[in-house]
Amino acid sequence: MTTSDVTGERYNLALVGVPNSGKTSLFNALTGSRQKVANYAGVTVERKSGGFVTPAGRQVTLLDLPGTYSLRGRSPDEIITRDVVLGKRAGEMPPDLVLCIADATNLRLTLRLILELKRTGRPLLMVLNMFDIAKRRGITIDVDAMSAALGIPVITSIAVKKGGADALRARTDEFAGHLPGPTAATEWVPTSIADLKAYQREADRIIRETVTMPTRPDSLTTRVDAVVLHPVGGLVILATILFVMFQAVFSWAAPLMELLSDSFGALGALVAQVLPEGLLQSFLQNGLIAGVGSVLVFLPQIIIIFLFILLLEDFGYMARAAFLMDRIMGGAGLHGRAFIPLLSSFACAIPGIMATRVIDNRRDRLTTILIAPLMTCSARIPVYTLIIAAFIPATDVWGWINLQGLVMFGLYVIGIASALAVSFVIKFFMLRDYQPAPFMLELPDYKLPRLKSIFIGVTTRAKMFLQRAGTTILSMMILIWFLASFPQPPAGAEGPAIDYSLAAMIGKALEPLFSAIGFNWQIVVALIPGMAAREVAVGALGTVYAIEGGKEAADAIGQALASKWSLATALSFLAWFVFAPQCASTLAVIRRETGGTKWMVITFVYMFALAYLASLITYKIAVAAGLG
Amino acid sequence: MRLGEAPRGFVGTIVALHQDAAGATSHELEQHLLEMGFTEGARVEILHQGAIRQDPIAVRVDNITIAVRRREAMAVLVK
Ligand SMILES: Nc1nc2c(ncn2[C@@H]2O[C@H](COP(=O)(O)OP(=O)(O)OP(=O)(O)O)[C@@H](O)[C@H]2O)c(=O)[nH]1
Ligand SMILES: [Mg+2]
Repeated sequence: MTTSDVTGERYNLALVGVPNSGKTSLFNALTGSRQKVANYAGVTVERKSGGFVTPAGRQVTLLDLPGTYSLRGRSPDEIITRDVVLGKRAGEMPPDLVLCIADATNLRLTLRLILELKRTGRPLLMVLNMFDIAKRRGITIDVDAMSAALGIPVITSIAVKKGGADALRARTDEFAGHLPGPTAATEWVPTSIADLKAYQREADRIIRETVTMPTRPDSLTTRVDAVVLHPVGGLVILATILFVMFQAVFSWAAPLMELLSDSFGALGALVAQVLPEGLLQSFLQNGLIAGVGSVLVFLPQIIIIFLFILLLEDFGYMARAAFLMDRIMGGAGLHGRAFIPLLSSFACAIPGIMATRVIDNRRDRLTTILIAPLMTCSARIPVYTLIIAAFIPATDVWGWINLQGLVMFGLYVIGIASALAVSFVIKFFMLRDYQPAPFMLELPDYKLPRLKSIFIGVTTRAKMFLQRAGTTILSMMILIWFLASFPQPPAGAEGPAIDYSLAAMIGKALEPLFSAIGFNWQIVVALIPGMAAREVAVGALGTVYAIEGGKEAADAIGQALASKWSLATALSFLAWFVFAPQCASTLAVIRRETGGTKWMVITFVYMFALAYLASLITYKIAVAAGLG
Repeated sequence: MRLGEAPRGFVGTIVALHQDAAGATSHELEQHLLEMGFTEGARVEILHQGAIRQDPIAVRVDNITIAVRRREAMAVLVK
């Protein structure tokens, strides 16, 4: 083929297949993107587009789609895939060629899906992915016979190996040459039960004729599951994993964090030495270094929590955890498939809320969305860590558990418990006419996490955090520094300069509303920009106290807090952030995913009310106990 | 026998997807089960079960493992 053949339009490919077959891995390999890949069904819930160029110079647009077992469109993610394949999406032509991605070790459901796809009239190409695993297990597939039986071309690939997608890239040209032009949306009717059965029989027949499989299932999976899915032992293991994860967030990160925090302190001191006293010095030292710096020091913690979650996801543990938790969550009115979105929310509620698209029942999905922000997201880590480090002694309990880590774990547990409680209340009072929806989830074979993909995953998240620090957090800090510095006090004024600033005026105006829960005006001021991103609250406190306290306070915000707040105030502040009305971006995602403002407002109001109530109770009890 | 009543370790084949006691397996459930590979003649084995009321169950259907609740598995007749 020569390049002259390929002038003209872009060529549109779409990746379709059952969940967890490696579509996104292939998408990343072909387009060089870094979309999320993990070993469980339902990772991709959006349509993602990318591009690549074939060896002959053809421009190709590639769509990555959510996995689906059929074209039925049961849940929001499956509907996206169905609509793209059928060309039902407004303003979008159906793909020129559908790449049917199959997990070569697990062909039964894929072949049935392909037979169903054939009915749509789209040109198809089957990609036998994970060919490395199939080989290792001794599965042999007669590729030519399979192609003949299906009546479509079949190629093999190893999406996660360098060069493993070359065959596909190269042969795209070949297929592109012989395609019928784009067709209008086909007449398509949902597959009937009789058809489904017939397709499955046909698929099983093709497998019998073209595939030989060893009779024994994957031995790693069998052995690990015997332990991990033990009815009692499994739950103990799950609890241990979570416990170790939260302890690690606290104890492993501490040395690195101190290093970072000392460096920022030294940097601040340097600025103070080099620059003359004045606005510029104050801006750099108090606004940038004390503000943004106090958020940046939490990078190690963020990395550790993501590392844990990524390892669990890549190994294939998530679906097992969902299995173990199904009945327990069911008691609180949650669907088993809510588990993975909720666990992802420990990282950030936004991907967690997006991941609820895999839940087909609307009520189940809505409940999950409402409680996802109660899961302790990584943005709360800075707040928790700062307060805990300042107020809780770093002693060991029973000789080996770090007390600070234990308190941290306790805060996570309170978050989880209140999420379950809220779900329980919703079940009883609001959405009552409800039949439990079916729970069916594939438990994929375990895969040893690959170092490279974990590394990519962690660096991507770390970059996102730094990017946020450089944009949202930075701009909020500039705002706070400005508010806390202007207007400047009149000449000869008494007391700290900050008392004359706008920040103090705003804070003091709102303080009466919050004095019942023990918040002073500095906290109130920090809460407002905390709506943009929760970590900003920490940075804002850093800036406010740095400006107030002058040079000495700038590098030790923890010490400043310890000397200025009572323990009761600190505990009340922690309680507030367990529920803290979430950040603006979470609210925006809730509005988008629920299709209206109503549920966004409900979430905001209920979380605000819970936060106030929790702080009130905490504060009153603490004061009564003499900690005020 | 119904798959939903079978003990852990049970090995058998699917005979049919069948009406539940009230005589009404919903169309939707049948379709869902079929899509996950619960078809007549498929080999099933109950590998694991949960702690509370032995629910849910992890079922090996041919060569994949699927978690289902016993409630839904009641619609699967096995021998
Ligand atoms: N060994 C091996 N592993 C693979 C291959 N392709 C994908 N994987 C792994 O299979 C798992 C699933 O990959 P994904 O790309 O997330 O699958 P997906 O089809 O996009 O999944 P959904 O988005 O949930 O539908 C991941 O753990 C990948 O690392 C392959 O060719 N060989
Ligand atoms: Mg994917």
